[in-house]
Order: sequence, then structure tokens, then C-alpha cells
Amino acid sequence: MKPYNFLVTGVGGQGTVLASDILAAVGLAAGYEVRKSDVLGLAVRGGSVISHVRWGQRVYSPIIPEGRVDVMVAFEYLEGLRWLNQLKPDGTILVNCQRIFPVIVSAGEADYPNSVEIITALRNAVPRVYLVPGLQVAQELGNTRVLNIVMLGALSGLLEVAPEIWVGVIQERVPDKVADLNIQAFWRGRAVLAESALSEKTTMEVAA
Amino acid sequence: MRVMLTGNEAIARGAYEAGVKVAMGYPGTPSSEILENVARYKETYAEWSVNEKVAMDGVIGAAYAGRRAMVAMKQVGMNVAADSFFYAVYTGVHAAGLLIVTADDPGMFSSQNEQDNRHYARFAKMPMLEPADSQEAKDFVRVGLDISEQFDVPVILRTVMRVSHSSSPVELGERTCDDSAPTPPLKRDPHKLVCTAGWARYRRPIVEARINQLAEFSETFPYNRIEWGRRDLGIITSGVVYTYAREIFPDASFLKLGMTYPFPPRLVRSFAAGVERLIVIEELDPFLEEAVRLMGIAVEGKAIFPAIGELLPAVIEQCAAQAGLLPKEAMAARRDVGPQNLPPRSPVLCPGCPHRSTFYVLNKLKYVVAGDIGCYNLGALPPFNATDTMGAMGASVGVAHGFDKAGLPDPFVAVIGDSTFFHAGVAPLLNIVHNNGKSTVLILDNRTTAMTGHQDHPGTTTTLSGEQGQRVDIETFVRAMGIEHVRRVNAFDVKAVEKSVKEAVAFDGPSVVIMDGPCVFIELERVPPFEVDLEKCNGCSLCFRLGCPAIIRTDKLDARTGRPKAEIDPVLCVGCDMCRQVCPRRAIYAPSPVTA
Repeated sequence: MKPYNFLVTGVGGQGTVLASDILAAVGLAAGYEVRKSDVLGLAVRGGSVISHVRWGQRVYSPIIPEGRVDVMVAFEYLEGLRWLNQLKPDGTILVNCQRIFPVIVSAGEADYPNSVEIITALRNAVPRVYLVPGLQVAQELGNTRVLNIVMLGALSGLLEVAPEIWVGVIQERVPDKVADLNIQAFWRGRAVLAESALSEKTTMEVAA
Repeated sequence: MRVMLTGNEAIARGAYEAGVKVAMGYPGTPSSEILENVARYKETYAEWSVNEKVAMDGVIGAAYAGRRAMVAMKQVGMNVAADSFFYAVYTGVHAAGLLIVTADDPGMFSSQNEQDNRHYARFAKMPMLEPADSQEAKDFVRVGLDISEQFDVPVILRTVMRVSHSSSPVELGERTCDDSAPTPPLKRDPHKLVCTAGWARYRRPIVEARINQLAEFSETFPYNRIEWGRRDLGIITSGVVYTYAREIFPDASFLKLGMTYPFPPRLVRSFAAGVERLIVIEELDPFLEEAVRLMGIAVEGKAIFPAIGELLPAVIEQCAAQAGLLPKEAMAARRDVGPQNLPPRSPVLCPGCPHRSTFYVLNKLKYVVAGDIGCYNLGALPPFNATDTMGAMGASVGVAHGFDKAGLPDPFVAVIGDSTFFHAGVAPLLNIVHNNGKSTVLILDNRTTAMTGHQDHPGTTTTLSGEQGQRVDIETFVRAMGIEHVRRVNAFDVKAVEKSVKEAVAFDGPSVVIMDGPCVFIELERVPPFEVDLEKCNGCSLCFRLGCPAIIRTDKLDARTGRPKAEIDPVLCVGCDMCRQVCPRRAIYAPSPVTA
């Protein structure tokens, strides 16, 4: 089984911690040794959140060593751009197509990177980038809170773990009354992965 | 069964399995989740105490009474509790084990300092265990309680943020405790439990002999282990840093210490004799390194690795490569593909936060502000820039009193939250009253301990275990202290907040203003988002001074002033009404009628 170092990043309130908890539990259920570490902000809304999740045969450290991230799942563009140097040169990025302005930007004291800057930086960092319309899919499902499971669904399409394992863990981790919705979100996320791949064409479109 | 647990969840599980009957503490990052998880096991009594010292005395009493007990706090909480655990080392735990959990914060993610609490073990002369992962975190609770009972001494379990907030698989066990057994009567022994000078003097040699016996014990303690590898490099380490070092030096020899105080001298000597180059890799102070060096053994540590901040894998790699311990090829090439100068996502007061009005007003009045620990410390940051001092729990009230007695000419106030007031603000307020002080204390009562994740305190109505608790009314309480000028103000009424602050500061005597407004996480009456009439808005920027994440500076400029107009983010706005009140042009409005 191939070892993986995952970085899950986002903004407080987006459900990244639950997503990384599920990702860790899926690894364990799939027979990996697993380590995970979260850095959370204060209990106020809107801070940066980052989780390291590691799957392997023998893992000691809960922190991914410098520059050895295989896959980054970013729930927001800016929180993805922040950690690009941590990716391996042949790594993969899945990013939810969403901008959340930090206060310093809404206060007009700093600029949020524009679309061209975002796409260029992502493409320069790794060969495989997926722009996942996670928020849009979640909205279509009628609940933006399932964004995290949509993103996991998309991620699952890149990994060898059987989808039944994912579904089992998700069922265990989310409240019963929203279990069906979350499982739907998982399958929708898995389905949109293929069409989310950032190609030369989409890059040109954004630039134009 | 193996499950993923955080270090904090694992400690709670360990307490359950090891038969802890009483658990207390005060919330503080990164320790808060320990007690929250203990509270899920109904066999254990768990409470948020008023502060760490109160919690410490509580668990000491429980241990004297023959019930296994545990207390949990963040690293600076140990400073508050220190007076009590020092005497407990003299009296011993007496009738049941006592575990003191301190969660340190290297890197200062949410703390005012980076103190290394390992020093408390040596200072107070009690043993200390340091888990490296969640399995050890769970196991060390039982091991620690056993040691506590065997040697009649409290035991420190020290974690750091990366142990507390990291998850790894844990093998679950059963609770081994007869919960039906009644608490026995107190084994009375005043010569042991009363630390009056004459009697405590007889305990002093026992304290010293005991720590020597513990050093002997640590020689064969199974969690102090040698892992032989290449003999040209030997690494002494402990805790989570062991897990980093193990991956960076897969072939080296390791002495991994589970008990870091007292130190096993013979084990260290035999390890040192078996390797060519001996290094200590430890986060923060050279605690282990100095102990090794005192034995006359050549060792390197802080000459290679920094004493400041987290000792993360990247730091270890870079320092080790520089010191010739690691071939440079072993490191991943540093990448430079990330854009520079990305805007930071600094913490800010939430939309709808009741503290916003106080700091808007204090910024406007330019009063000197002695601040305190809590979300309201964000009042020190832009756009408020309102807070002048902040150092420790409850410090605001005492520092303001010092301003008063020193004759500070500026108008000044102390600002303290409700939970922090109960924790350490009551005594300095009594001090002001008794010593004829004239300070003004603003108590921001948001009815929760917000910053650490919304725990209860004496001013709230529910306890940690979910029971109805007796609520202490702050207004009645401070009036009972003899404070004449006490006002309670609706925190969402900006004008009333300003008026009350001015009046309190002008009052000739001690004064208290209670800013009354619940945290948005506790109670939120969501009303439709407010809107800005762009015709009326002239970009005066007063609303921006509220520092509300929902108020956005647009790129639409006012034709006359040339300044950017405001807009309100309909997703973030909760309709607290403060921006409508401060807008001089009445450009901000509620879509439905608001009674404020």
C-alpha cells in the first residue's frame, strides 16, 4: 500500500477538522498506520485551520516533514496558496473553488490574489491540480455544511481505498439525521473529480 | 479495539480506565478537551473549577479521601496552582493516586509565554511522565497513578500541544475500578497532612529520600528504553520530539525517556558509553541536556537545536544538517513556489460579538486600558488598538489599581471577562475596595468562557456534567463587596456603553460596569442581515472602526469624499445592530424593523 501525506487546510467553520478526522479513520480502516495533527485557532470564527494526516506502514510523527506533502485538500484558495511549498514537486492539489476574504482584505488593507495569480501559483507548484466546485455541489444538495464531505468524495477518487470503507466511516462520524445527505455528498464529490482537473484549456480561460 | 484518539481524548480515556473518580481543572488551550472528554464518562465526577489552584486543592482532597484523582490545565495554569501542589509533595497523596496534567504550548499558539513546565517537576520534587503519542498518553495515566500510590506523591503528566491535539491509534481497555465501593473514612494523620512548619520539617527528608528512590525506579522503568542502532550517533529524547527524530534518524541509537524526572543516571551512562557522538534533542529548555552534562558526560543539544519555539521536523533537519549529523541529500529540497505576501487570516471578534462596542468606545475615548486574558484581548489589535497592557489571568484589575496608587494622570479602566473575573479578578477587586482604590473595572459578561471553547463558570447556569448549577449574579456579588457605583449595560447599545464608561471613570470611588451581552455561540437571535444604502454612505469609515468581518470596504468611491463606501456581507452579518447605531448618515438599515 502506497503511503500518503495529506494536508487539509481551510477556514474555521468549513468543517476541515471533521474531514481530516474521517480521512484518518479511513486510513486506519484500510489497514494503514495513521497519525494526524491539527492546528486550530482561537474559538473565534474565521481563522486558518490546518491538519496533517499521514497514512503509511510505519509512521511515527504526526507532522509531515518539510516538503513531503503528497496531496493537499484546500477548502479555500488562499489557505491552499499558503502551503504550496510543503508539497512534493510531483504532488496533487484539490482545491474547493471558494474565496473567503480575511478581515484585512475586506477592510481594504490587503489584496486577495486574483484568479490568474491563483491558477498560476497552483500550476507552478504541482503537475496535478483539481478545481473542485465543492461549495456549488453542497449548495445544490441544499446544505453548504456538507462541503467537507464533497471534498472527501473528490479525494477518494484519487486513492485506492474502496468507496465502501469511506461510506462506512462517514456514516459513523456524522449525525444520523444527515447521514444520507452526507453520503450523497460523498458520491457527488467523487463524481465531479474527473471534470475538475485543471487543464491547459481552463487555465487559458481563466487568464482570458 | 483500536481507535483514533487525540492525546487529550486518550488522557480522558486513560482516566476512565484507571478508575479516576474525581477530575477537575480550568479550561486553557491546549488542555481544554481533556476534562470535556472525562465528563462523558459518568463514572467520574468532572468539574470546571473556578481556577487551577481551586482545582488542585480539590483533587488533593479527593486523593486524601482515597479516590483516584486527576487535574488538567494549560502550562500557565500550573503557575496559579503551584502553591498547592508544592504542599501536596510534602503531605503525599495519602490514600489514592493523583495525576497532574499540564499541557504546554511550545510555539505559543495561544499563550502569553513559552514556559517549560518540566522545571516544575524538579522544582517541586515530584516525578514526571511525558507521552509521545496517544497510546502513551492513555497508558501513562494509569502508570502515573500507580507511581503516585507506590511513592505517595503527585505525578506530573506533561503533554505539549502536538501531543494533545494530534491523533493516533489507541488500544482501548476496560475500567478497572469497583465503582460501587463507598469512599472510606479519612485516614486521619495530622502530622502528615498538616504542613505547619514544625511538622512539615519532618516531612522534608522524606521528600528528598523519595525523589532518590524514584531515580532508582526510573532505571528500570519500562518506558525508559534504549533502541540500539548505529553506534556513531546516540540520541536522548522524549515526548513528541522522539517521533520526529525517529523518522529523521531511522538508523541512529535512541534513549527514549518516558519518565523525564527524575533521571535514570546509570541508564544514561550506559547509553552514552555505547555511542560515539551523544546528542539530546528536546523542545524548549536544555532540561535533559543539563542533567546529562552534570554527570560529566560529553553531550550536545542546544548548541545544535534552538531553545525557542516548536522543534518541528523541519527545524531538526536543518539544524542537524548544519551540525553534520545528517547528509544534506536526505532533506527534501526547499521549494519556493508559494506566492509572497499573502494576506494573513488573523483572529478577529466574530460578527455579533458583544465585546465590539466596548473596544469601539475605548478606542474613541483613548483611555488607558489594562487588559486581560480572553477573546477581548483582540481589542489590542487593529482597528481598536485599545489595550495597553495584558499579562495574566486577572492581572487587569491589579494593574489598574497600581495605576491608581501610582497617580497615573490618564483616565484608565480595567477590562476583564466574566470567567476571568471569577478566576482571578475577584481578589484584586476586593483589594481595591479595602484599600480605598478608585479604579473602574469593566466586566464583559458574555456568559461563557468563550476563547477556549465555551465552558461553564460560576456565572453560568449549567455545570460541566450538564447539571443545573447555582448561578452567581455578578452585579449582586460586586455590590456585596461594597462597591457603590455598579452599572449593568446592554453591550449592544453603543451609546449606553460609552455613557456608562465615562460616568464610571468620573465617579470618585471604585466602580464596576457590567457589559451584558451573550457570546454569539451561546445565544444568537439571528435577524436578517443589515444593508447599506450606497446613496447615503459617504465613506466616512466610522463603521470600519467596529472591526466587524461582515463590513466590507467596497471599491465604490464616494464622489465627493473620494473614500470607499461600505457594504455588508449577508452571509456573515447576524444583525447585532451596532453598525447601524454608529453610522452618522443613517446609511445602514435593517430590512425589517428593529427595536434596539
